[in-house]
Amino acid sequence: MYDIAIVGAGVVGALTARELSKYNIKIALLEKANDVAMGTSKANSAIVHAGYDSKPGSNKAIFNVQGSKMMQELCQDLSVPYKKTGSLVLAFNDSQMTHLTKLLMSGNKNGVPGLCIIGQDKLRELEPNININALGALYSPTAAITCPYELTIAATEVAVTNGLEFKRNFRLEEVEALPDGSFELKSESESIKAKFIINCAGLYSDEIAALFGDKNYKITARKGEYFLLDKTAGNLVNHVVFQCPTKMGKGVLITPTVHGNIIVGPTAYDIEDKSNVSTTLEGSAEIMRKARRSLPNLNQREMITSFSGLRAHLESDDFILEYSSKHPNVINVLGIESPGLAAAPALAKHLENMVLQSKANLGDLSIKENYARKRKAPVRFNTLDNEQRRKLIEKNKLYAQIVCRCESVTYGEIIDAIRAPAGARDVDGVKRRTRAGMGRCQGGFCGSKVAEILADELNLDITEVTKFGGESNILLNKTKKQKSVSACD
Amino acid sequence: MNNYDLVVVGGGPAGMAAALEAKERGVEKIIILERDESLGGILDQCIHTGFGLHYFKEELSGPEYSDRFSKLVEKEKIETKLETMVLNISKSNLVTAVNKADGLMEIQAKAIILAMGCRERPRGALNIAGSRVPGVMTAGTAQKYVNIDGYMTGKKVVILGSGDIGLIMARRMTLEGAQVKMVCELLPYSGGLARNIVQCLDDFGIPLKLSCTVVEVHGKERLEGVTIAKVDRNRKPIKSSFEYVECDNLLLSVGLIPENELSQSLGVEMDPITGGPVVNESRETSQKGVFACGNVLHVHDLVDYVTLESQLAGEGAANHILNLEEEAATISTKGMDGVRYVVPQKINVHCDKDVKLYFRVAQVYEKAKVFVEVDDEIILSKRKAKFTPGEMEDISLKKEIIEQLPVNSELILRLEV
Repeated sequence: MYDIAIVGAGVVGALTARELSKYNIKIALLEKANDVAMGTSKANSAIVHAGYDSKPGSNKAIFNVQGSKMMQELCQDLSVPYKKTGSLVLAFNDSQMTHLTKLLMSGNKNGVPGLCIIGQDKLRELEPNININALGALYSPTAAITCPYELTIAATEVAVTNGLEFKRNFRLEEVEALPDGSFELKSESESIKAKFIINCAGLYSDEIAALFGDKNYKITARKGEYFLLDKTAGNLVNHVVFQCPTKMGKGVLITPTVHGNIIVGPTAYDIEDKSNVSTTLEGSAEIMRKARRSLPNLNQREMITSFSGLRAHLESDDFILEYSSKHPNVINVLGIESPGLAAAPALAKHLENMVLQSKANLGDLSIKENYARKRKAPVRFNTLDNEQRRKLIEKNKLYAQIVCRCESVTYGEIIDAIRAPAGARDVDGVKRRTRAGMGRCQGGFCGSKVAEILADELNLDITEVTKFGGESNILLNKTKKQKSVSACD
Repeated sequence: MNNYDLVVVGGGPAGMAAALEAKERGVEKIIILERDESLGGILDQCIHTGFGLHYFKEELSGPEYSDRFSKLVEKEKIETKLETMVLNISKSNLVTAVNKADGLMEIQAKAIILAMGCRERPRGALNIAGSRVPGVMTAGTAQKYVNIDGYMTGKKVVILGSGDIGLIMARRMTLEGAQVKMVCELLPYSGGLARNIVQCLDDFGIPLKLSCTVVEVHGKERLEGVTIAKVDRNRKPIKSSFEYVECDNLLLSVGLIPENELSQSLGVEMDPITGGPVVNESRETSQKGVFACGNVLHVHDLVDYVTLESQLAGEGAANHILNLEEEAATISTKGMDGVRYVVPQKINVHCDKDVKLYFRVAQVYEKAKVFVEVDDEIILSKRKAKFTPGEMEDISLKKEIIEQLPVNSELILRLEV
């Protein structure tokens, strides 16, 4: 019997898992996919928004501003990249300039520090490549960028180190409320019991809520498509550059990433199929068209990949964190779309408090001795100087063997990623943890080597290695069947 | 720190030929740094024949061709470090490399030859819509899986791009029992060698669809099919021609990119059209003592030409090391009117032998004539029944002609139909 089951290992589920893992209780983190951060948390703009554009008083505004203040220290603790770039909202005409004032005012109400409106000269100074027709911008010095999947991975690692159980490929399909107030949670192949449930299932949080009897939520998947540009384009912009927001979201933005690339996007349109993360011809054309308004010399040739993510959108357009109407021991967390990443640290803290305040009989809520709060920084050969590299190699020769050429990722780092708590089990999992395959050749050279290392480490045949779990096997079968040789021949 | 006369970065056909040539010309201390587990580069996965027709006057497979050179490297006792990645080259020719046996090493070189080869353009750069499922890969990646590792990547195959690797893989997958449904080519003509179209597609009844591309990839967990489309004159897909093709493997053969990260961080002058460094007739880059040859310089279709070019680089490096270099007085070359690029981009008028100019044309030209001009004066011309972008062309300039050319003049190659 688990005291708590957290459903969904996205950034909110993982950070909540980390907060709760310090208590002397038994917790399971359930994830339907083969890895953490497989939904919205792996495909978004990676921005820690400052918090000026949410409606004052809304959950989005409150948690965003709080979370944004917590993020830097959190990223430090978890050894996750974080960079306070600041952000700019561009205005191209007078009515947009007026809109900037509105944003400034709501930002002030929300408690966002340091906001100001800047004119053309200052804008040019901050961003020399920006369209000369931009009249001014709202400058927000506290906006930052991070890596959402690394944050999720790191938080899960800490939680697992503290004894939490991460159950991958656990798709919650059936819930039975037991007489003692606890629940039996069933996947296709497994069944566990838990006293308290936190539903952080992102796009599927409405469906999970419905399993517990709360049938009134409706999450709409709102697709956002993105481009990723090569590091050679990495200095196109220095800040997160927005255009004026629309009803559908914050519009097409251009932002540096913490790894030195540039992200351009997203689009925003609602779709039916919550698993459809395909990109579209129309989408990419739209991003290019809109992004060129901000950055006229944006070059499509610098693009190294495109991807799309889905936002978990609620009609009410605000985060929901509330107890189930049917069960006192179930918390539903829904509608965590932008600024969900920025808000996540504060949401996790809030969920921890909700658990502590609940009347559920959760056993020993005392804090573990020597629990981990921080994650040791993983080795990143690429970022080290030669002296550091030398020392590292002296300790372990595997760090002298480069597997991914474009990003200089070593054999040792890949093994670390697989052996880590809640470690990588597929090629994409290795890629997110080490960046092997993320460079300009996109895994053309190292993909097969990574698959080999996974097979070795996990004791699999290479044909069993997948790209992202399930049936996503990379290879079919041996080219030639070897004749079986029997002793009698 | 170690000191070497010559450091060769890359042990493929280019690096080996260059090192051997330098050795033959008297350079003593040479080292080849190769990132793979063996010498040979990409040739080792090219198990088809067709290599060596020009250089050896016989038809060899890729591994046989590379084997001839790696045996010589061994015989000449040229030092080789395998599974060794060069991380950096400094302006003062200090090479930083890493491998398991030696750890991080720094090597001071008198001359450096860049021979890192090229890589394939991946899917991301093409902006094909759809899902990110396995089953979509470059033709070269599939070639490695099938020929080196011994695993099949699919049963029903569509190939996008009629570059040589795509054509070769169409035949290879067919021979391994897969059904290759078609090869789609965006352009109205193939980018591959004519002999490969005949031997790899026609002989197996595999259709080559020209002016056709893949616009979308379908599938949830694995590739299930693609949408193909005809394209108009501006290479834009025509909506009414969209057609679904069931397949579990999409191979991309859509261009090769010289792998010049090291060259760029070193800061040598680059040619935006070839994607490689700007070089003179000895294949010396804008940085003295740094040479480049093979596919890192410009993409070749025949390894035989890589060998010849690399020997020039090896000779150049040897002259640099042994202080035999001619005084520099250069002219530059330039392609125009259908000539996309010319290698070398610079020629020293004091060079001691004839110079072959290698070039590629922008599209298919029938019965065309290529002119070599300096200051509007035609100094050479050559007629050919057909020029195609898939085949590298060359024209030879006599030493006596080069000597006469005014220093700093521009030599222009242009086509006339």
